[in-house]
Amino acid sequence: MSRWYYYKRKAVNGLVLSLSGVAAAVVLVPLLLIFFHTISHGIAIISVDFLTQMPKPVGESGGGMANAIVGTLILIGLGSVVGVPIGVLAGVYLAEFGENRFAHVVRFLTDVLSGVPSIVVGVVAYTIVVLPMKQFSALAGGFALGILMIPTITRTTEEMMRLVPHSFREAGLALGIPQWKTTLRIVLRTALKGIATGIVLSIARIAGETAPLLFTALGNRFWSTDILHPIASLTVFIYDYARAPFEEWNNQAWAAALVLISIITILSLLFRFFSRSRYEGQHS
Amino acid sequence: MIASLDERIRTLLRRVPAPGMGVENSSRHTNLGDRAFRGATFLFTFMIVVLSGIMVYQMIDGSTLSLREFGLGFVTSQIWDPVQEKFGALPFVYGTVVSSLVALILAIPLSLGVAVFLAELAPRWLERILSFMVELLAAIPSIVYGLWGMFVMVPWIRETIEPPLSEHLGFLPIFEGAPYGFGMLAAGLILTVMIVPIIASISRDALKSVPRAQREAAYALGATRWETITLVVKYARSGIFGATLLGLGRALGETMAVTMVIGNRPIISASLFDPGYTMASVLANEFTEATTELYLHALIEIALLLFTITIIVNMLARLLMWTMSRTISQGGRA
Repeated sequence: MSRWYYYKRKAVNGLVLSLSGVAAAVVLVPLLLIFFHTISHGIAIISVDFLTQMPKPVGESGGGMANAIVGTLILIGLGSVVGVPIGVLAGVYLAEFGENRFAHVVRFLTDVLSGVPSIVVGVVAYTIVVLPMKQFSALAGGFALGILMIPTITRTTEEMMRLVPHSFREAGLALGIPQWKTTLRIVLRTALKGIATGIVLSIARIAGETAPLLFTALGNRFWSTDILHPIASLTVFIYDYARAPFEEWNNQAWAAALVLISIITILSLLFRFFSRSRYEGQHS
Repeated sequence: MIASLDERIRTLLRRVPAPGMGVENSSRHTNLGDRAFRGATFLFTFMIVVLSGIMVYQMIDGSTLSLREFGLGFVTSQIWDPVQEKFGALPFVYGTVVSSLVALILAIPLSLGVAVFLAELAPRWLERILSFMVELLAAIPSIVYGLWGMFVMVPWIRETIEPPLSEHLGFLPIFEGAPYGFGMLAAGLILTVMIVPIIASISRDALKSVPRAQREAAYALGATRWETITLVVKYARSGIFGATLLGLGRALGETMAVTMVIGNRPIISASLFDPGYTMASVLANEFTEATTELYLHALIEIALLLFTITIIVNMLARLLMWTMSRTISQGGRA
């Protein structure tokens, strides 16, 4: 009886543990498949022309997505103008003065804000920017992306500033340096690399956003760098070309997806690299 | 032991007033620069509060017509007819809830398996590689999931998954009807792929934060590895539950991937093979087409509804995760 019980426990142990390994393997299958299909469909299309030419009208073959790449960069820039100052300074406030009820409320709000669906942020940007200006614009898209950046940047900035040892601040104050200078020149500077990492991470996130751009930046088949007018983006380009009834356009959507994934993978590798060297620096 | 001591010192340090406060109180000639600096950072922090307020206000203000016209009937009516200006959101609420539930049912066991494997079983090198890949999976933009879903997953579902299901389990109402590919099942599957990384990585962190002593105690009593893990999972349950809710929040608000595979038809059907529509998808598809003011207000009300639901789910998730970290800091002290 007791021996049988013992074997049963062993068997259950082995079975469940191997199931857990199987789960880990199963989860990787879609990742590998997505990479495989994106690369195999996209690689044939990608060329210098694809990256530097404008989209061609229906029926003509070839053409590229130069305007979408530039549009995405402009949108990221606009988003950063909104998101980086608010995110970083709010993070500084929370780290240095953040022991009051107001700060706890803000922390909770940023946590909650990070869970708001991006399409809802798009709707809000539409009512705030597009409706009063009566015009879809890059500005509206950048505004939406900026809001989406704030939670990530605020949180990483606060965490990175808190990692700076207390003695650094005390040393600064003991030397008679005013607190604002201590914070800016010593604490912020020490944490700068970590904060930059947070910004890169948030850029990687918004670079792949589509939903908040659909009715703000809208998309544009022509070259435009005017922030008061609709602008193209990589993600909306993929969406439009994926739904188009032409096989060539579908393939171009895959190629654009490959470009997008490459950008995001490079950004997250950069993130990994930076965050690792930061911890190593701490130990030495 | 050393790690926990370090942790305790850090929490103690956190309780020490922030560097500025003590100085400000003790010196009468508070530096003007200090005040300006604090004021400036406060201003930007306050902007987060203002922005959140504006978001809520704009959505309520932007949907007044529809709120007044339809009242509570908005969420109970099945008819969505822009031509007749009759707007009921029930099909979208149904689509959002059902596609997310399908995803959750599939994702919970999978992500628990992954989390246990990463936190308890895998050797360090394997854990690092796998964790990186799981993070990568979470970083893929939803539009790419949608593209892949449309051209690879949907045909696969239509040809390999749905025919045998309807042949053997077709008597169940959820597997009734013709296999289109595009539909609720496809949406549920693509959402599963998207939320597993979130649930798995946060659950892994929750499992890892369980004090070592808990494991050692179980082993000392002669428990097998699996029996120990069940104890660890039980200890971390509020964190894991919080992670699941975060995944649910993500699934409820997911737009692009779902829009591209769900079929986009505002109907309520028990069968997972049939197309559906979600709150996020109807916003993505119809927002630029809203020709009348009432139509636009109805759409903004859907955004408000979606916002409210996801906020509630996310707040619950955060609360649970806070509870988790509190029990652990108490466990460390005992």
